[in-house]
Amino acid sequence: MKYKAVTEMVTTTVTTTDQLTTKKGTATGKGGPRTPKGLGGGGPNRPNGRGPGGGDQFSAQDSPERYRIGMWIALASILMLFTALTSAYIVRAGTGNDWRPIEMPRMLWASTALILSSSLTISLARRSLKRKDHPAYKRWLLVTVVLGLGFLATQLLAWRQLVAQQVYVATNPHSAFFYLLTAVHGAHLLGGIFGLDYLLLRSWRKAANEKAEIKREAAAGAVALYWHFMDGLWIYLFLLLFLWR
Amino acid sequence: MAEVEPVQETHAEHGTHAHGEVHRHPAPTGFIRKYIFSVDHKVIGIQYLLLAMFSVFVGLILSILMRVRLTWPTTGLPGLEWFFGPEAAPGGVMNPEVYLALVTMHGTMMVFFVLTTAPQGGFGNYFLPIQIGADDMAFPVLNMLSFWVTFVGLVVLCAAFFVTGGAPTGGWTGYPTLSAVGELLNVPGMGRGTDLWIISIAIFCVASLLGALNFLTTMLNMRARGLSLMRLPLTCWGWFTTAVLALLAFPVLLGGGILLLLDRMAGTSFFVPGGLSNGETLLPHSGGSPILWQHLFWFFGHPEVYIAILPGMGATSHILSTFARKPVFGYRAMVFAMFGIGLLGFFVWGHHMFISGMNPYTAMTFSILTLSIGVPSAVKTFNWLGTLWGGKIRFTTPMLFAIGFVSLFVAGGITGIVLGQTSLDLPMHDTYFVLGHFHLVMGVAAIFGMFAGVYFWFPKMFGRMMSERLGRFHFWITFAGVYAIFIPMHIMGIVGMPRRYAQFTEYKFLETLHPLVVFVTIAVFVTATVQLVFLFNFIWSLFKGEKAGDNPWEATTLEWATTSPPPHDNFAGIPQTVYRGPYEFSVPGAPRDYIMQTEPDPAAQAAPGAINEVQGGNGDGHHNGHDH
Amino acid sequence: MGRVLAALIWLVTLLTVILFVSKRWWFPENIAAHGFSIDSQFTITMLVVAFAFVAAQIGLGYTIWKYRATPEDKKSRATYSHGNNRLEVLWTGITALIFIGLAIMGQRVWASLHFQDAPNRSDNQPAYEIRVVSQQFQWNFHYPGKDKTFGHTDPKLINDGSQNFIGLDDADPNSKDDIIAPTLVIPLNEPVRLVLRSRDVTHSLWIPNMRFKQDTVPGLEIPVHFMATKDGCYEIACAELCGQLHYKMGAKMLVLPDAEHQALVSLSQPEFQKKRDEYLAKYNCK
Repeated sequence: MKYKAVTEMVTTTVTTTDQLTTKKGTATGKGGPRTPKGLGGGGPNRPNGRGPGGGDQFSAQDSPERYRIGMWIALASILMLFTALTSAYIVRAGTGNDWRPIEMPRMLWASTALILSSSLTISLARRSLKRKDHPAYKRWLLVTVVLGLGFLATQLLAWRQLVAQQVYVATNPHSAFFYLLTAVHGAHLLGGIFGLDYLLLRSWRKAANEKAEIKREAAAGAVALYWHFMDGLWIYLFLLLFLWR
Repeated sequence: MAEVEPVQETHAEHGTHAHGEVHRHPAPTGFIRKYIFSVDHKVIGIQYLLLAMFSVFVGLILSILMRVRLTWPTTGLPGLEWFFGPEAAPGGVMNPEVYLALVTMHGTMMVFFVLTTAPQGGFGNYFLPIQIGADDMAFPVLNMLSFWVTFVGLVVLCAAFFVTGGAPTGGWTGYPTLSAVGELLNVPGMGRGTDLWIISIAIFCVASLLGALNFLTTMLNMRARGLSLMRLPLTCWGWFTTAVLALLAFPVLLGGGILLLLDRMAGTSFFVPGGLSNGETLLPHSGGSPILWQHLFWFFGHPEVYIAILPGMGATSHILSTFARKPVFGYRAMVFAMFGIGLLGFFVWGHHMFISGMNPYTAMTFSILTLSIGVPSAVKTFNWLGTLWGGKIRFTTPMLFAIGFVSLFVAGGITGIVLGQTSLDLPMHDTYFVLGHFHLVMGVAAIFGMFAGVYFWFPKMFGRMMSERLGRFHFWITFAGVYAIFIPMHIMGIVGMPRRYAQFTEYKFLETLHPLVVFVTIAVFVTATVQLVFLFNFIWSLFKGEKAGDNPWEATTLEWATTSPPPHDNFAGIPQTVYRGPYEFSVPGAPRDYIMQTEPDPAAQAAPGAINEVQGGNGDGHHNGHDH
Repeated sequence: MGRVLAALIWLVTLLTVILFVSKRWWFPENIAAHGFSIDSQFTITMLVVAFAFVAAQIGLGYTIWKYRATPEDKKSRATYSHGNNRLEVLWTGITALIFIGLAIMGQRVWASLHFQDAPNRSDNQPAYEIRVVSQQFQWNFHYPGKDKTFGHTDPKLINDGSQNFIGLDDADPNSKDDIIAPTLVIPLNEPVRLVLRSRDVTHSLWIPNMRFKQDTVPGLEIPVHFMATKDGCYEIACAELCGQLHYKMGAKMLVLPDAEHQALVSLSQPEFQKKRDEYLAKYNCK
């Protein structure tokens, strides 16, 4: 079997632990030695080393980095969804003569304040985790969850305000977009709350080892990233809905 | 740029993970965990393949029924009355709306649940992790979810056959206002059937996004040591580019689908303008734009074409090189051509809309961009020929299908330069010319890529060879058959035969085409029947096929460096190291005519420290302390 | 095997070429002034297509024929090569030049049809205008009648029961002499301007002999223009899926010498129908 020989080689030679990460965006095979014809074949083939596969390290197979990469990729697709809806919004605003901007429900200021402060608290949570201050970490997570739920509640109240003014989904295109965009954003935010709950549940148990601890931090980082993105997205939608009308 | 926190270097024991999501999941034992809700990418890959195989046969049956309707629009077949019921097929003649339902379901089934799932979800899932030396996808649970969400999408779509009002009849493009207000206009199939159709597609979008996220993370983060990007097999590049396209295209379709659903259910008017009438009263909508849907749809729809074909391109390159016993000609050019196709694929959607009422100046821009996408496609073709040139070609069944792919890709793709021109689109738009074009290139060529993949990887997946004799028979008839089906369609299009007509009896200018219509139908019958040979071969070989070795094709990439089938974690827990490019065939001086990627060469063994000299920039920051 | 496959590829190529070159089935007769440019652009493009198709298939067949592994020759190996950058640049450049060149060439007709409004008639009058309103599943052509002024229309007034398919407002005096018919009647050798609308779903006006197709989009008014160069009766079809009877949403187009056309469209609605039927019979078109 081919891989036997390879294995021996790996376990005996790979000890480096101070390699650096590069950004995923710059991920090119710059290290790959090339033959003159440029195909990474033939010639003296040195593998361009990446993660050591040694026993006490993360191998490529369970590197916590994936949470961050995965989250950025997920955000790209969420961004595309909102880009599509934005372009629909802009096009629709320009067609037809039935575009009647709705009055902004006052409650949205509360929403904005809540979500902005939740970004702050999740940053504090992460900082606590880094300091290994687990009680503070849990506390801030909990506060973030509460703020997130508060945001959703104020969104619902804003809907109630509109309904009270007899502004419904089908009333006019602007109200349709208002309900749609807030609903889609809210659904994504709810996903973020589930992410926070997951972190919270997780934080009740102590990490089994440092490796698990690092993974936990990576997961917290990914959720925080998502949360900040939802925050920024809300600000963007807020501006879009009530400036571009 | 993400924030990167400093992470402590650790020397922890291999202990039990506190995480729920433990990556190195142990091999499951129970049946349900092992075969149904499995998180093993290999099982999920096979599940995707089976789902696609079910869908492709359903889609095929639908297309046979379509040909029956087209060829004998007035002849009753008693079986059909029994099959569809007396309302839908009185006297054994399908109603025209039944024909449109067949069109819609055939298109949706094939595009989403075959062309998108099989190459990417099926083969990609199974082989991407193995080819990069990983033990699974980056997020195994997510992977399982994406399959089951796809499955739900398929169930919802199939349910549309059985709801009152019938299956959707708006075509797979579902243009409003027909799809939005069809029910108010009493068009059959525009009720619950269309709702389910949209919901199914929305579900599918979510599933594809989860899949794409997983593919990209896996490929960026989990490559084996030494596997720099330019050493990846071209299959991986195909899946990677496809995942990028899916990631950016499906959200747009999802957005469009939500808007359309709101128009139908909540009474909004995103796509429906005012002043529409059903002949008695005005419809309760105003101000929307039907063209907006077309933009959103085709912004997704055109990349979707490449989502279908790029994995096939990857597999073809992989297989051509293996059986020509030659390195891929112009590896870098191949990779860049894929990127070029992927990138340009996002800027050409307007060529579906030249005559839709879009700004004619915009149409001109789209036309020029569209023809430039022919350039990377041509580059790929040249490089395939270059790969074969000077080879020692072994004509195994997968090789036959890969060569067939090249032939069909050229035949189908080249007419794109007709359709991509604004002025020629005037006569050609929405005729059978278009049908012939896209079926050859995104339908049949992509299917040939899949067939090549099945014959090539079957031994790896199931440990047994497929029958070469049956495989060759399958190839000869299918290859000739698809040409016989789709080339005449171009001619029909030149005469002016429009798509989506339930019959061609109403126009004099179409009457002369009757012999061709009959010819195509016969070719469809023959070709479709031969697919049963494939099905038989597949099932028979599962149990009775000749036992396959680990590397029956004498190939070079990582999937052949493990057992057939691979163990639960692909390489029995042994980390893989890659020493060279993916297609080192016929290296002068080497003992055999192939050198596997995992074979160390003498220099590396002599100076093992060299391994860490070069830094492969691929974002694997498992324990870095710095943010660059 | 390699030889069989090569032969099959060549055979398929040959049959394809024969099918196209024989022109046993081809475009319907062109009667559009712009049609000649479209047909010649089509021919040029098809020559490029044919060349690329044939060359690629012959090349593919030749390569697999020539480089098939033979049982006798077990020793020798394939050429070890990773490619040739000069070749890559060369073929990329050439295809780019040809494809983009074609794209630019193809714009001329497009520009003449879509970038400008209809040209004036030979008597320097503006082109004759006909309004087209598509509906499931018929074409309505609205002629201004004798007064050359269109009557007011309002979708609220649409009533299929009373044959008011386009919502013509009878209260408007301009409506009195308007003609609404399922037949398109245009003058010979004079430009004609159509304004396309749809009252329900997207349809597409497809006149094969005219080499012309344009979607009619609900909510949009799309002006188009063309000129017919041969009198006669021609078929109109719908080219955008519009519902269950899409396949029979047809109409007839009459191209008449200018004077006859003017006479016809100045008649009252019943007379128009009678006279039109005579023309349809004359051109053997029913």
